[in-house]
Amino acid sequence: MKRMMGFIMKEILHIVRDYRTIIIVFALPTIQILLFGLVVSMDIKNIHVGVMDNSKDDVTRAIVQKIAATERFKISEVLYSSEDIDRAFKEGNINCAIIFENNFARKLKNEKKAEIGLILDGSEPNTANLTANYTMSIVRKYQEENIPIDLKITQVKPQILMHYNPQLKSAYMFVPGVIALILLMICVLMTSVSITREKEFGSMEVLLVSPLRPIQIILGKVAPYLFLSIIDVVIILLMSYFIFDLPMKGSIVLLLLESCLFITLALSLGIFISTIATNMQQAMFISLIGLLMPSMILSGFMIPIENMPDIYHYISLIMPSRWFIVIIKNIMIKGAGFWAVQVETYVLLGMTIFFIALSAKRFKIRLD
Amino acid sequence: MENRQKIIEVTNLVKRFGDFVANDNLTFDVYEGEVFGFLGANGAGKTTAMRILCGLLHPTSGKILVAGWDAATHPEDIKKNIGYMSQKFSLYEDMTVIENIRFYGGIYGLSRTEVKSKIKEMIEKVGIGGLENKLIRELPIGWKQKLAFAVAIFHDPKIVFLDEPTGGVDPFTRRQFWGMIYDAAKSGITVFVTTHYMDEAEYCDRVSIMDNGKIVALDTPANLKKQFAVASMNDVFIKIVRPELL
Repeated sequence: MKRMMGFIMKEILHIVRDYRTIIIVFALPTIQILLFGLVVSMDIKNIHVGVMDNSKDDVTRAIVQKIAATERFKISEVLYSSEDIDRAFKEGNINCAIIFENNFARKLKNEKKAEIGLILDGSEPNTANLTANYTMSIVRKYQEENIPIDLKITQVKPQILMHYNPQLKSAYMFVPGVIALILLMICVLMTSVSITREKEFGSMEVLLVSPLRPIQIILGKVAPYLFLSIIDVVIILLMSYFIFDLPMKGSIVLLLLESCLFITLALSLGIFISTIATNMQQAMFISLIGLLMPSMILSGFMIPIENMPDIYHYISLIMPSRWFIVIIKNIMIKGAGFWAVQVETYVLLGMTIFFIALSAKRFKIRLD
Repeated sequence: MENRQKIIEVTNLVKRFGDFVANDNLTFDVYEGEVFGFLGANGAGKTTAMRILCGLLHPTSGKILVAGWDAATHPEDIKKNIGYMSQKFSLYEDMTVIENIRFYGGIYGLSRTEVKSKIKEMIEKVGIGGLENKLIRELPIGWKQKLAFAVAIFHDPKIVFLDEPTGGVDPFTRRQFWGMIYDAAKSGITVFVTTHYMDEAEYCDRVSIMDNGKIVALDTPANLKKQFAVASMNDVFIKIVRPELL
């Protein structure tokens, strides 16, 4: 134990001496949160809507009024033909066209079914997606209030996401993602680089010849990063709570425990990468290109997983951050307890055990 | 010499990497307190053998006793009794002299007070008084190597393994370095050293010369020179490894 402490002290010296490490560990989360929060706003505002009402009855008028009453939507044009719609889109007057079919109210009453068409600007997929969801929720709300339950507009698909994020605040989406990415960055990148640095400089040999056991060397290497990562989680949570009004509905203890699990997984990934890489550049390359970039793209943080082609959907299943993001969202925003996130937790636990076992095996092989 | 205590006993050591035989049936002993030179051309297998003795590699077969412990069954006990200086690495560049010493003292289980009292003695020996709080990267390479050697024997090991310790060091510093090696041997530490420099081989009590994974000669420098009827260890080496050149 005393030997371990000496080793950890040395690691802390490495970290303190290199101001770049300090910047990565403390400035990066702060910058990322502010960047995503203030610059990369995914909120939808000022949606210009064109309405083509072929029915002009009480129901359609009421729905249009409801849409016009929200802050986000602005009825910019009344349209009369499909040529009209094309023109309005091309001139940039509208981002969204809503079309009611003929005899909307009567069909709804007699056939229990009526159609609303939505035309969106697909060149902005995220905005289009959010706009569609939001419009649907308004229509659905109208139904709930005005139409008996057995008369449903069948096209309307209920959107669960909406339910927990009624204002569609983007902070709800990016905070969990930023936490996952920062933890991956610090744990995977920093540990894999710091272990391969010992290999590259030859100091690993000296350590392995010493009475320190390999497990002590590895634990000594990762312990400071475990500690720094937990501090980072707390920094991000405090910033999202005070600057972006993110709720903390679930148990903070559970969230921190889940974070520790994810950190352990990320550290074991870092150790695993260090057993493959022979030098620091390789470790950095594998961490950044092999892990961080796919995590960013495939974990549902920037691009919704539902929008991905099947193949990517399956690939996303092996991204640790994908599962962790679900856990954070459920705990923070929905206030879920352990039982609601147990599947994700077990997946992370399984991955952790897998990579620890694999690294232990590879570490031994390297000695032979 | 023969009545001295054996500290390293190697019997029929074989190390294979796939089809390649790096160590082909090595058998030799090293005696307590001697300076044992381990010579050979690049790729002759000396680093592999040294790594096996230090516990960094497992042998394919053979029996190895280091400091009285069997390498196959008690590697941890061997580690407590040896020091090691690798050819690549000396000390952590971003740490000061004192911090490096404290760190190595720490991983060998020395207490803080032990470390404190030994540091003073050591700084005098290496002659780097006043530089205790300098970062290693600010020191010239010669001093780094001397300091690295002092650190490798800081915990008073029974044996110290030096893997080409004087690479890239000027002749004057090399001489000083060998002064330190003799001092260590005098104080009872066995020195096991690999080297390319044949003038250094002359300084050893006994040398072994490896070629193609085998030990082809093992004796005192004087006896080897007599046996091969040449004037220097340099010629002994060439006669063994490249006889066509003489």
